[in-house]
Amino acid sequence: MNARSLGAIVGIAELQSVRRTQGATTLQYIAQAVLRAVEDAGLNKDAIDGLLVGPQVGETPQHVPATVAEYLGIEPRMSNVVDLGGASGAGMVWRAAAAIEAGMCETVVCVLANVREDPAPRSPNRNPIREFDVPFGASGANLSYALPMQRHMAEFGSTPEQFARIASIERQNAQLNPDSIFYGQPASVAEVLASPMIASPLHLFEIVMPVAGGCALVVTSAARARSLRHAPVHLLGAGEKITHRAISQMPELTSGPLKPAMHQALARAGLAAHDMSLLSLYDCYTIMVALTLEDAGLCDRGQFGRWMDDHRFGHDGDFPLNPHGGQLGCGQADLAGGMAHIVEAVRQLRHAAGARQIPNAQTALVTGNGATVSEATALVLGADT
Amino acid sequence: MNDLFNTLKVPGPIPTALSEPFWTALRRGAFVLQHCDACGKTIFYPRAHCPHCWSERIAWRAASGRGTVKSFSTIHRPGHFAWTPVAPYVIALVELEEGPTMLSQLLVDDPADARVGLSVTMRPVDIGQYTLPFFAPSANPPEATP
Repeated sequence: MNARSLGAIVGIAELQSVRRTQGATTLQYIAQAVLRAVEDAGLNKDAIDGLLVGPQVGETPQHVPATVAEYLGIEPRMSNVVDLGGASGAGMVWRAAAAIEAGMCETVVCVLANVREDPAPRSPNRNPIREFDVPFGASGANLSYALPMQRHMAEFGSTPEQFARIASIERQNAQLNPDSIFYGQPASVAEVLASPMIASPLHLFEIVMPVAGGCALVVTSAARARSLRHAPVHLLGAGEKITHRAISQMPELTSGPLKPAMHQALARAGLAAHDMSLLSLYDCYTIMVALTLEDAGLCDRGQFGRWMDDHRFGHDGDFPLNPHGGQLGCGQADLAGGMAHIVEAVRQLRHAAGARQIPNAQTALVTGNGATVSEATALVLGADT
Repeated sequence: MNDLFNTLKVPGPIPTALSEPFWTALRRGAFVLQHCDACGKTIFYPRAHCPHCWSERIAWRAASGRGTVKSFSTIHRPGHFAWTPVAPYVIALVELEEGPTMLSQLLVDDPADARVGLSVTMRPVDIGQYTLPFFAPSANPPEATP
C-alpha cells in the first residue's frame, strides 16, 4: 500500500432489521448498536471520545449529540450531527478520520439507527427531558442556569451583586457598539438587581434577550488566506467536550465541560488564559461567565467575584471581556449569538474594531456553550504576525 | 399541598415501554429505580443499558425515596404558560440516597424555606392523569454527617 492511511475502521455492528418496532425508542436502538460495535472492536466505553450521530427525525429536535452521549453515559471531546441522508454513514467515516487527524479525539463511534413505531408516537419529542424534566414544571433554559447559580452561591458564598456586575459590565461595553440592542441603555448593578426575578437567583437583566439576526464565517487554509484582502486570523487551538444533556445529569454544578475544552485549546496553542488579549466568552447568563472565568483558571474556584473586583473588563482594561457587549448587551440571535463572539474576536484581531479596539490585540479565547452547560467548544485565535 | 395542582393542564410525561415501570409504581405510591447487577450502581433515568459500565443486566428495585437538595430555583415566570397558576413554585435537583440526581418540584409552604442541603422525601402528587414524584422536607431528617 503506497497511500498513507487516513484512519481505520476497527469495530462494526448491525442490528437485526424488523418491519415494525413496538415500544422502542431511537435512543435505545442507537445505544444497542454502539454497545455492539465497541464490543466488536474489543474496546470499552472509556475508549470512546468522539461521537457522530444522524439527525433524529422528530424525536430530539435539538442537542442530538448531547442527548445521545448522556444516554450512553459518555463524555466525548468531539461530536456532530451528520445530516447527509444516505451519504451520512460515509460522511461520518472521513469526518471521524479528520477529527482524529486534527488531534481533537482518538476513537470515534459513528452511529445511525431508527425505529418504526405503529402508530407513530403522539408527541414527536422523545428526548428524556420531555419525560423527566418538563412534567415537573421545568421548561425552558432559565431554570437550567438558575440551578448552578444557586449552587455556586450556597457552595462559595458568591453574591447577587457579584453576578449582577457581569451584566452591568457587558451593558457598559455595549455602549461602544452602536449595533447592540442595549446601545444607549447601560445598567448599573442596582438596576440589574432591581429587574424582575425570573427564576431565582436569576434576574431579567442577567438573561439574554432573544433577537433575530445571523452570522457567518469563511475558513480557508493559512496559505490561501495570505492572498486575500484581510489580515488572516489564525486558529491556534481548539477543544471540545460534552458531559450531559439535562441539568440534573451535570456531573458538577459549579464546573462545566468548558474546563477541559479550554484546557485543550490553550494547550494546543501553547498559551494560557491570562495571556489572552481578549476574552470573548459565551454569556447566555451571568452565571455562565462566572463559571467560565473560574474554569479557565483565571481565578480560584468560587472566587470570580473577588477576582473581578481587582480587574477591569472594558476594551481598555487589563482583561477585555466581550467588548462588543456580548449577548447580554447585544441580545441573542439564537445560534448566531454564539458565533457573534467569534466575529468580534476576528474584528479585534484584525485591528478593525473602531472605538472599542483593544490596543495591540494578539490573541483571543473564544468560548461556545450549548444546552444546559452541556456542550462546550473553545477556540484560541491569533492575529497574523 | 397546592390545591391548584389537580386543575393544571400541563404537559405530562410520555412513558416509553422501558420507563413504564417507574410511572406504574408511582400510581400506587411506590418509588422504583433501575439497578445495575454488574457494577451495582443505580440508574436514572431508565435505560436498557447501564450508563456507568454498559452492562445490560438491569433490574427494577424499590428505592428509599430519600434525598438531599443539591440546588433549587424559585420559578416566578414559568417556561410553560400552563404552570403560571401555581407560580412561584420551587424546582429542585434532588440527589437521591441511591446516587443519581433527578429534577423535581419541592413542596414547601414558603419558597424561602428551600435551601441547598435540605433532606427531602418523595411525595407522590397527582397532576392530570399522572402521578409525579415530588419531594417534601423530611419529617425526621437523618443526622448530618460531618
